[in-house]
Amino acid sequence: MSSILTRRALGAALILVVSFAVAAVLAPQAAKAQGVPDPLRIATEGAYPPFNNVNSKGELVGFDVDIAKTICKAMRVKCKLVAQDWDGILPGLVANKYDAVIASMSITAERQQIVDFAGPYYSNYLRLVAPKGTAISSMADLDGRILGAQRATVAAQWAEDNIRGGEVKLYDTQTAAYSDLESGRVHVLVSDVYPAHDWLQTVSGYEFVGPRIDIDDKIGIAIRKGETDLKNALDKAIEQIRNNGEYKKVNEKYFPFDIY
Amino acid sequence: MSNLADFWDNVREQASVSVCEAVTFATPELFDRGCERLIEGAIVTIGLLVVSCLAGFCIAVPLSLARAFGAPWLSRTAWAYTYLFRGTPLLIQLWLIYFGVGSLGKDLLGPVWWLLGDAERVGLLVLTLNTSAYVAEILRGGFVNVPADQREAAMASGMSPFLTLRRVLFPQALRIAWPAYGNEIILLLKGSALVSTITVLDLMGQLRTLFSRSYALDLFLYGAVLYLILVLIVTGLLRGIERLWIRAS
Amino acid sequence: MEGLSLLALGADGWGDELLRGAWLTLQLALVTLFFGILLGLLLAAARLSSWKIIRWPCMGWLLVVRGTPEFLVLLLIYFGLDRYLSQILRFLGIAEQFELPRFAGAVVGLAVIFSAYAAEIFRGAWRAVPKGQMEAAVAVGMSPLAGFWRVRMPQMWRFAIPGLGNLWMVLLKDTSLAAVIALNELLRMAKIAGETTRDPLFFFAVAALIYLFMTACSDLVRLWLERRARRGVRAVAG
Repeated sequence: MSSILTRRALGAALILVVSFAVAAVLAPQAAKAQGVPDPLRIATEGAYPPFNNVNSKGELVGFDVDIAKTICKAMRVKCKLVAQDWDGILPGLVANKYDAVIASMSITAERQQIVDFAGPYYSNYLRLVAPKGTAISSMADLDGRILGAQRATVAAQWAEDNIRGGEVKLYDTQTAAYSDLESGRVHVLVSDVYPAHDWLQTVSGYEFVGPRIDIDDKIGIAIRKGETDLKNALDKAIEQIRNNGEYKKVNEKYFPFDIY
Repeated sequence: MSNLADFWDNVREQASVSVCEAVTFATPELFDRGCERLIEGAIVTIGLLVVSCLAGFCIAVPLSLARAFGAPWLSRTAWAYTYLFRGTPLLIQLWLIYFGVGSLGKDLLGPVWWLLGDAERVGLLVLTLNTSAYVAEILRGGFVNVPADQREAAMASGMSPFLTLRRVLFPQALRIAWPAYGNEIILLLKGSALVSTITVLDLMGQLRTLFSRSYALDLFLYGAVLYLILVLIVTGLLRGIERLWIRAS
Repeated sequence: MEGLSLLALGADGWGDELLRGAWLTLQLALVTLFFGILLGLLLAAARLSSWKIIRWPCMGWLLVVRGTPEFLVLLLIYFGLDRYLSQILRFLGIAEQFELPRFAGAVVGLAVIFSAYAAEIFRGAWRAVPKGQMEAAVAVGMSPLAGFWRVRMPQMWRFAIPGLGNLWMVLLKDTSLAAVIALNELLRMAKIAGETTRDPLFFFAVAALIYLFMTACSDLVRLWLERRARRGVRAVAG
């Protein structure tokens, strides 16, 4: 009799202990169930001023970086920002080297085949940049000219798909494309509008030419496929910073107009 | 000049189309989609290799002579040149000349701009200078190892110094240097992949462009296979030349 | 003057970033050297094996690695290794995801390249030690292992050092390829500094000088090592 009781008590104790242990093991999982790792590892490029670049202290700075920090604050997680070259930024995401990419990345159908996007967190269109006085009003004026763009961007894609009579040169970074426009190796740059706008403030002798190229481009946060919770959390955070004025603060630090 | 460029473009296009048609039955679908671009890139790689190899050799011969037989100041200058190119990475040489010197711009560089204004020319220039330094050292090794009495005998039999060089020293030095020279050509072929970082669309450049649109890692594997095929072809050619030579002598 | 202020240490200049980059380059090369030599010895052993089943795959591997551009090898390993290792680990049920740190990725890539050439050097060095030496070692009662450590290894070293010295130079220069996988080594720091200050010529030139300095120092060390390894060997000439 008593031995059965003892055994039952022992059994109950065992179950209790095991369930505590399981709970203890599961506890971090429970936080993870919201789908936001802490710290959240975010990659950006670091060669795309004013959205992301490296200052002389070796720190990442720019609109994307500030937005990333603001979003992390809204989600109450720590941010760990890493720099990654543009070519490898999505493969690195898929390979789990980080959890999200906040690097002025356009949401495109091609990219959506391998990653998901949260956002958008701003909108973009393309412009052509050329030395002042370059007469370009239509696509035909681009014939016989050398166009530059950054590899693996919507600008490059647009140029490769639409330029027939000219030559397209692809650069590893946007800054390399600027320097070749300045040296004269390329005649016209196809670029996202805001970085080009920012660059034009720092040089003289160059201007936007031709009409704006509207490609209905939305910039989002890339995450691995199927991480719905992280996507929802990021979407919510973007909405939150849009509403509470945090986004506006960052926006105004870089641009005199709303780029959302 | 423009005729040559047109011809070159034509060759690339036609060759890539016909090669791709020929292999499509055996190749995976992902490869087929990028095939023409990859083959065009491979042809650019071959072109870069052939031109820089020949031009590099032409520069290397006088350099190696200066190193082996030149007056001290000449020998030292040649040594400095080879040391500079052998002591720094090829990638930094490319970037230094393309982005660095190139940033001085068209107006400042004047006629040099013809060379520096075009990525493929810069690629050729840097590959040529780089390989000439390595080949010069290899040839010097060859010259130094030709027994001294060979030279003395040639001179004694009334040959002029130039004739001695051409008929006696050079062939023997080349024979001694041949295996190392072959290795250098393979290294040059592989090193040429770096010109893709200065916008040249060689095999590596096409690979990276295709990768940037599909992110399919298998593309890099196909690229590796293509490079391997190029390396095997070059190795075969080098062996063939060596064999001809042995039979001739 | 302007150049000097660009190279200032601290927050305003890029001197400290460049030095940190150079230090990382050196670390990368040294760590790779260690693993590369180990891997190279293994490959050489496999290559010298009398079993075809070991020798042939090894020869195939060497052919592939030596026939692929270093740049491509590095990209393949950096992007591919994680993915394939993750798949294997998941299959074995050990871990869900595997993350290869960037530095380790670069080391693996460079060590794979280094070892493919080192294997050939070790093989040559193995062959260069006369068979009689080992026979003599066994005859005086050493076990084969002791014979390897006490007799063959030290002599192999003497034959291998010039080749390894060359490979070290190649390695030191190949570390610059890690810049393309965004490792903040010397070349990448120079590139960032050049892009930010819009003076790429200056920074690339400085970086080139630092590389030159490193290879020059290596040359001196190599000469010293070669002399040391020749200890006890009578000079044939000169």
